[in-house]
Amino acid sequence: MKQESDMLKLMGLSGVEELFADIPERIRTGKLDLPPGMSEMEVVREIRGMLASNLTCQDRPCFLGAGAYHHFIPAAVGNIISRSEFLTSYTPYQPEISQGLLQALFEYQSYIAELTGLDAVNSSNYDGSTALGEAATMCLRLKERRKFLVPEALNWEKKSVLKNYAWGPSMEIVEYSYDPYTGGIDLDDLRSKVDPDTSGIYVEVPNFFGVIDPLASTIKSEFPDLVLVVGVNPLSLGVLKAPGDYGADIVIGEGQPLGLSMNFGGPFLGIFACRQEHVRKMPGRVIGLTKDEEGERAFCMTLQTREQHIRRSKATSNICTNEALLAVAASVYLSILGQEGLRALAKLNITRAKRLAGLIGEIDEYQSPFFDAHHFNEFVIQTPVRPEKLSKLLLKKGIIGGLPLTEHVRALNEHMLLSTTEMHTDEDHDRLIVALKEVL
Amino acid sequence: MYRQARYDRRLIMEKDGRSDFDLPFSDELMEDEDLVPQALRRETLDLPSLPEREVVRHYTNLSQMNYGVDNGLYPLGSCTMKFNPKYADQLAALPTVTSIHPYQDEDSVQGALRLMHELERALAIISGMDAVSLHPAAGAQGEFTGMLLTKAYHVQQGGVRTEVVVPDSAHGTNPASAAMAGFQVVEIPSSNEGCVDLEALQAAVSEKTAAFMVTNPNTLGIFEKDIEQIASIVHRAGALLYYDGANLNAVMGKTSPGVMDFDIVHFNLHKTFATPHGGGGPGAGPIGVKERLSRFLPVPRIVERDGRFRFDYDRPDSIGKVRAFYGNFAVLVRAYAYILRKGGDGLQKVSERAVLNSNYLKFRLQDAYSLPYGELRKHEFVLSAKKLKEEKGIRALDVGKRLLDYGFHAPTVYFPSLVEEALMIEPTETETKETLDAFAEAMIRIAREDDPDEVRSAPHNTSVKKVDEVFAAKEAILSWRAYKRKYGGQR
Repeated sequence: MKQESDMLKLMGLSGVEELFADIPERIRTGKLDLPPGMSEMEVVREIRGMLASNLTCQDRPCFLGAGAYHHFIPAAVGNIISRSEFLTSYTPYQPEISQGLLQALFEYQSYIAELTGLDAVNSSNYDGSTALGEAATMCLRLKERRKFLVPEALNWEKKSVLKNYAWGPSMEIVEYSYDPYTGGIDLDDLRSKVDPDTSGIYVEVPNFFGVIDPLASTIKSEFPDLVLVVGVNPLSLGVLKAPGDYGADIVIGEGQPLGLSMNFGGPFLGIFACRQEHVRKMPGRVIGLTKDEEGERAFCMTLQTREQHIRRSKATSNICTNEALLAVAASVYLSILGQEGLRALAKLNITRAKRLAGLIGEIDEYQSPFFDAHHFNEFVIQTPVRPEKLSKLLLKKGIIGGLPLTEHVRALNEHMLLSTTEMHTDEDHDRLIVALKEVL
Repeated sequence: MYRQARYDRRLIMEKDGRSDFDLPFSDELMEDEDLVPQALRRETLDLPSLPEREVVRHYTNLSQMNYGVDNGLYPLGSCTMKFNPKYADQLAALPTVTSIHPYQDEDSVQGALRLMHELERALAIISGMDAVSLHPAAGAQGEFTGMLLTKAYHVQQGGVRTEVVVPDSAHGTNPASAAMAGFQVVEIPSSNEGCVDLEALQAAVSEKTAAFMVTNPNTLGIFEKDIEQIASIVHRAGALLYYDGANLNAVMGKTSPGVMDFDIVHFNLHKTFATPHGGGGPGAGPIGVKERLSRFLPVPRIVERDGRFRFDYDRPDSIGKVRAFYGNFAVLVRAYAYILRKGGDGLQKVSERAVLNSNYLKFRLQDAYSLPYGELRKHEFVLSAKKLKEEKGIRALDVGKRLLDYGFHAPTVYFPSLVEEALMIEPTETETKETLDAFAEAMIRIAREDDPDEVRSAPHNTSVKKVDEVFAAKEAILSWRAYKRKYGGQR
């Protein structure tokens, strides 16, 4: 190529190999043992073809939830986050030329602050599970006590992630049980687990079983000295009380329901909010409101002295690259829905789940909902067929069934977690009902 | 001169209208009393309501007050801001990517499993490692995962190893990740050549050392030519050698972490493999390991038998999970597309051109600025604005800000800290000579500008003037809610 030879000539070099002369011969590798490159057209054909065998939730009704939900995504969300000024930028280290992204992220923080009832929000963690890990270690920073209590009723993946985040600082993660009738907090068990070494308590609203547990609102008044960490589905906050209003010190959650695709599990959006007085112990990037030298409103990254590029081994977290674009997506999504849209959608998710749980409950062999409680958009059923087998049978009938709970909560080995959202029509519900009868 | 759009910066929360969003089933909506227990019923919610048109205009205007690789050169050192090809974005938007649930039956997601399996294989070949896990969400999470593997390995070896050694030029994430995994961090000074000081390393390692983390080429863009001795010092001490893959773009098809005797490596797919940085993320930070460490990798592993793929959770020595599910799949699809497009030869050319562009730019700039440490650089180089600071009071920061006026993003400034007034420049392979020349001319012009105040008061052409970061930190207002509380809604 002419450009290359021109550059080499100007530098007085005979070939590009001279620029690699510093790599010792002994550690040189030959050329990479990968196939030759392809044209764009071939790449597209190859990958489309490879992925064609995936069965999508657009093709088949899907009743899976458990941390990833099938929701309607208004077209404007994809449209805005495809704008390459956002998409191809990076962390706004130079605020003057990055005001657009900074403002969008500040708006994201503002939305989450309003929903959670807490003033300080970071501009994202990787996902809900890592946000939980970071919340636990923040409790340690706040209280200097090593024990952290979590519900037994928790997706095992979150427990596993938490264990890894707690490993370094040698935290002790202790589980408290759920009430076998309501699926909510077993308060007596929780009380028995709190001791002087306890830093914080984690509760989820709705919890892993989809249960909206009113006891969650009483935890802070019972344990005022402990850090209350509340895990949320942000969509439910359209109708549920802001956790900050019942004493939450930290609110975390999986932001995927806010206009993000399921993407086979990633990328998602870790929500992280806390009380203003704890902001300096918080992990992750935060965007602050400020002014430029002419006094005009401006935004920039702030409180960076908590972060790895400044504090190195003393940072509150190692996080650098986060999920900024998805935070923007969540902002666009909430902006499109608006106040009434979010309320209506949250209500609709509750009513649709209530409807489906009721319909399944009418079949004698199934107990549905298994827990006597209010639910958000998922619920547990007890099934007469082994849940793993039920999933396979439903799939044969063209239905993506719910999640067998055996791996998550050992006692629930005849149980399945089913989710339904605004995406399911009455016909989809009916199809599931017919199939659940047929497999008996 | 460049001129960026400048719209009013009213927040969407300050705009008023009427949302046109609606839903089916509206007659089913019950009154709140039936839906939510009293104790958890929401009383107030204060969100804006705007029609789609106004929302789209709001964010379109914001996007025009932002700068990405698609706008122009983005020479942010160590971040590898190369062009992000559009076919990759298009593929990642397929319903067979976006609309599959992570808990679907393996039989219904064979395409996804195959793609991940093949990407693992390609990354293993590129890095010379034996096994790859795609789980980590970003480079720093890859490091954290690597540190957990290190811990698990030493526990299994029966030793108590509490320290991780890093050079003073390491990316900040290295010491932060090691500390998060519970290690004491020991920082060693670089040599006069800007490389790992072998004596300092030898003195730092002991039976307490769990790992040494290093990137090669290092953050000065210099290839650690003593890497074989480094590996041998580290391994003789019974420690593991960790490769920070942030700078892998320089050496594909030339050498590999595997052949350099590294034990663990992370990849930044959003750097080397051209996936878009998204304003700070999502990225993806897969890790590769040598065989003796593969048993510790996160679950599930993807295994193939007779052309069928499945998830294997039955790994008793595994560290478990570092995030939910299997990785940032939509990012993995893009990276796999990029690897297919380039092929083995193409990736080698990527590294050659990245190194050529970097050295050419260094050659054009080293007289106007100064270049501490050796001549030959890989994919990036670090200039010093020390001379300018002494002569005209212009700091690295000012040079960066002034570049914005010329329509270029600034380099990374003040890193690595061993260079005074550092300007860390990584042009990447996707820039033409013409663009590099234009950038070089802008840098040279800035160094020679008659009126230093013009530089020190930069930028002038961006959406806002110099931003008051001190005020931001003092106020610590992170949301509209916090602002209203403090100032009662007055702007």
